Amino acid sequence: MRRLLIEGLLKTPLTEARPGDDDAMLAELAERLQKSARRVLGHSLSIRQVDAGSCNACELEIHALSNVYYDLERFGLRFVASPRHADVLLVTGPVTKNMREALERTYNATPNPKWVVAAGDCACGSGFFGGYANIGSVEAVVPVDLHIRGCPPTPTALLQGLVALMERAAAAT
Amino acid sequence: MSYRATLLELGTPVEAHRPWPRVVVDREVWWRAALEVAQGHATLLALWSDGREVHMAVLDEAAGEVSIASLACTNGRFPSVGRTHPPAVRFERAIVDLYGLIAEDATDTRPWPDHGRWGVRHPLGAAQACAAEGLPYTFLPAEGPPLHQIPVGPVHAGIIEPGHFRFHANGETVVRLEERLGYVHKGIEGLMRGAPLARAVQLAGRVSGDSTVAIALAFARAVEAAAGVEAPPRAQILRAVMAELERVANHLGDFGAICNDASFSLIHAHCGALREQVLRCSNAAFGHRLMMDRVVPGGVARDLGEAGAANIRALIAYIRQHLPELVRIYDRTASLQDRTVTTGILKPDLARQYGAGGYVGRASGRAFDTRRDVVYPPYDMLRFDVPARTAGDVDARVWIRIEEITQSLSIIEQCLEKLPEGAIAISVESAIADAAGKEATMLVEGFRGDVLAWVRLGAGGTIANAYIRDPSWLQWPLLEAAIEGNIVADFPICNKSFNCSYSGHDL
Repeated sequence: MRRLLIEGLLKTPLTEARPGDDDAMLAELAERLQKSARRVLGHSLSIRQVDAGSCNACELEIHALSNVYYDLERFGLRFVASPRHADVLLVTGPVTKNMREALERTYNATPNPKWVVAAGDCACGSGFFGGYANIGSVEAVVPVDLHIRGCPPTPTALLQGLVALMERAAAAT
Repeated sequence: MSYRATLLELGTPVEAHRPWPRVVVDREVWWRAALEVAQGHATLLALWSDGREVHMAVLDEAAGEVSIASLACTNGRFPSVGRTHPPAVRFERAIVDLYGLIAEDATDTRPWPDHGRWGVRHPLGAAQACAAEGLPYTFLPAEGPPLHQIPVGPVHAGIIEPGHFRFHANGETVVRLEERLGYVHKGIEGLMRGAPLARAVQLAGRVSGDSTVAIALAFARAVEAAAGVEAPPRAQILRAVMAELERVANHLGDFGAICNDASFSLIHAHCGALREQVLRCSNAAFGHRLMMDRVVPGGVARDLGEAGAANIRALIAYIRQHLPELVRIYDRTASLQDRTVTTGILKPDLARQYGAGGYVGRASGRAFDTRRDVVYPPYDMLRFDVPARTAGDVDARVWIRIEEITQSLSIIEQCLEKLPEGAIAISVESAIADAAGKEATMLVEGFRGDVLAWVRLGAGGTIANAYIRDPSWLQWPLLEAAIEGNIVADFPICNKSFNCSYSGHDL
């Protein structure tokens, strides 16, 4: 323990500067927010993550957002346990039919104003899973404001998208 | 006589199946095989169907032999194995839901992956359209005052996969936990049918993202065995490097997350940083943080350069420098140990009965490891220990992970030393095209335990059928047993110490 404390005093933080913007995501956000100028309170967003059928790779990278390298909370973004406390639903997976109702109910339980982010190729409708068991995209079930692609999306891509969402949403008010 | 010898004497081996015998048996022999398993003479690895036959893969632990018994389902029926051997119950419920076969005299006839939402019944058998309004589901009862029920999920409070947990509690104490899974059922068995090889490989790599290397490896090895080809030596070693990096990353994440569930966030933060370094190193070495789609039939998709190898060596040194301090803190913090020691005990008898793999089995006295006991290259030329404990609690599962990280670092080092020059892949297309109808079953050690893959090749370089059994199938039911008598508040830490895959199970 002592060694860790001394190291903490002597070493620089591992946390990295925020990533640059992703133009495609900014363009999508600008369009969405023009169509619906919704208010956010303050400059922070609470995120409720919903796994709607992912293979759990997306969850691993979403988890990584909280490690010291990405440190999501310094941007005013935090994960919350209940949709009642959330501004943003971060949805992964192709939406399995067995998860459709749970996703709809989570969406309905989230107070307005709210945003939905589809994270990962499956959620964005360009994944691997069709067939009898899957709907195929988040957009087919609830309206989506931002798509973050990747299989899985890297923490950097997730961070770019979420930070941009927060800043543009605040600016649109 | 060994289980395999008896099976071979009483049944007819399938010529097309490699490398272990798959033996077609009649109902009576099927029933006898089920009894052997129920009596503990052999361990059930998996039970699945292709629509026409049911297949029961069994491990004879003493002999280190895998054998598969297959029964043709005349009139769409087969004698239930779960009736005498409870670990088979969920496999059978899945077979019934997907294929419409009937498990005769089954003790639990409730649906499993089918939640009544697909708009079709028996989608892989004689599919019938039906309403998609949801099926009622009756949880098993617990009787006696003053019990109350706590329903949890499918959407959980953290960043976790979906599943439903139904607790019966007496005050704070859990009397019964029952899981209801299947929420992330993606129909992978169905999507595999007739899939071109490249698509099937991608699907296998997405059965459970945290085990993408291990499952892709099991699948690739099965395809190679069916086609009668082998990956070149350099690829075999690189596969082991990837598999061990995956194990280290997951164990580091779990070690931190288990401590976090005891509100000890210091270890979580440090393990999170170490895990991130493993993923960055994997990305630099192989071009993907989780190394998805890097193991392919015939070899690997990406070579390891000098810089990548140097990165990995530096990573090993870094972990060796920093992990021991975290382990010391874990070992010396009484408030943390208070939450993990004697919590969520899995009894060795149950671990043996269910053939629990990985840290779940090894923490409860079942020291089985495919890498040593059903060995495959390159582990036959590597030195490593398989840690085992008998306490069976959360603490033991933490220690197994810590000890396995040390072993994996050593394995990676040995691999880098032995890495031969040469090709990283061979072309498999023509061999696969010539091998229509050939089959293979393979076992590979993932971070959770043994992954089983069965493949039957189709015409024109496609996959006719494939089945993948994640280790979670045999671990999920044990979590229900381990939590009994613990307090509800200890469920998250018990659950994390098992860390079963929802996606890998739901398939």
